[in-house]
Amino acid sequence: MTDLTAAFALALDMLLRFDPDLLEIVGLSLQVSLSAVGLAALIGLPLGAAVALFRFPGRLAINALLTAFMGLPPVVVGLIVYLLLSRAGPLGILGLLFTPAAMILAQCLLITPIIAALSAQTVADLHEEYDEQLRSLAAGPGQTLVTLLWDGRFRLLTAILAGFGRAVAEVGAVMIVGGNINHATRVMTTAIALETSKGNLALALALGIILIALALGVNLAAMAIRDAARVRYG
Amino acid sequence: MADVPSILPLRLTDVTYQARGQTLIDGISGDLEAKGRSVILGPNGAGKSLLLRLCHGLLQPTAGRIEWAVGNNERVRQRQAMVFQDPVLLRRSTAGNIRYPLHLHGTPRREQQARVDEALARAGLSAVADRPARVLSGGEQQRLAIARAWVARPEVLFLDEPTSNLDPAATRAIEELVLAVDQTGAKIIMTTHDLGQARRLANEILFLHRGRLLERTPVTEFFAAPRTAEAAAFLKGDLLC
Repeated sequence: MTDLTAAFALALDMLLRFDPDLLEIVGLSLQVSLSAVGLAALIGLPLGAAVALFRFPGRLAINALLTAFMGLPPVVVGLIVYLLLSRAGPLGILGLLFTPAAMILAQCLLITPIIAALSAQTVADLHEEYDEQLRSLAAGPGQTLVTLLWDGRFRLLTAILAGFGRAVAEVGAVMIVGGNINHATRVMTTAIALETSKGNLALALALGIILIALALGVNLAAMAIRDAARVRYG
Repeated sequence: MADVPSILPLRLTDVTYQARGQTLIDGISGDLEAKGRSVILGPNGAGKSLLLRLCHGLLQPTAGRIEWAVGNNERVRQRQAMVFQDPVLLRRSTAGNIRYPLHLHGTPRREQQARVDEALARAGLSAVADRPARVLSGGEQQRLAIARAWVARPEVLFLDEPTSNLDPAATRAIEELVLAVDQTGAKIIMTTHDLGQARRLANEILFLHRGRLLERTPVTEFFAAPRTAEAAAFLKGDLLC
């Protein structure tokens, strides 16, 4: 119990002091996870919509893979990216291992299936409503896909949020490909793991509280946008 | 447009549609000509909406043929439009909904605004142009659906029971808009089960009962002297089933 009170006090204290180390870690966490989410959305939204809309060979297999990969273990993704980026690996020449770019790549791989699978469901629901109208208007397949993504934009926020939540909270992948290097690749989750292993439980818990608050804040903001949009656009 | 051959007449040859072992449209034949407003009249369940969807190409007949004068191809769909009983409005503004078909058909951007403005004005929606479409009243939504269908200047406009859920004032606005669209030269093919509406809007009546086209006559003749017992009963207000 004292740990918990101390942790809250410490978290508040660090926040109010604008602790530069803390800000750096929080900043990198956001930078990595937001970049990963942006990239994953660029891939996952059209991929999910295509799986929902089009009949093509391998569609069922892709659908099954996406759903199964929603629960990919982060350490395994980290390991795969590590192997790809390590000196001897196929992408070793890029020299990306232990950089934020590697962390973005790993998180992107981790959450693209989540965003794709969830947006497939959203687009399929919307398509049921729009199908006849869009066929009547002679919308082509590509036009239909873009229209459904655009008209579902606020509902798709939920899929993107789920991806963000997963990315910002995972530790295994960024630990392996980032290396938790101070002032270079240390993010909130890896810092928490480190401080816990050092026995600085209050500091670890304080970081945890800030991480949860951050995730909560992003979710609340997105939900507010979605609800406002629902009232406005129906 | 003048040198482009019309897609009409639309020729139906023994058109039949079956689903789950039931014959819902039963051997309908005839030409739908470019002139005049054709109203498909009949009780609920007669197959009116189904026939409209078959003509528009949203469904394929299980037997028989439906042919446009220029042949059936991708471009033909762009030269016709349909207003559904429950229109699906896009989650955009009123103007955005009207602009959408122009965008799909690749109308040059500088032309789009003028045509959107004209359609808005014609449908009496200029004041709500920037309002999200889905918060409009039922009557406004249906007028928007007609404006959106009309903006790309279709040669044929199908309307499926466009006033079935509306009050008399909104219904009157819709009927006036349909007549205005007719004035621009578009062929009107609509369904209704409302006798008054059929009398007000139709040039010819296609009376449909249990999937069969029982008679096709000019409107005055139909109301004065229906040829079939079923039509006579329907006109008298008897319940047909």
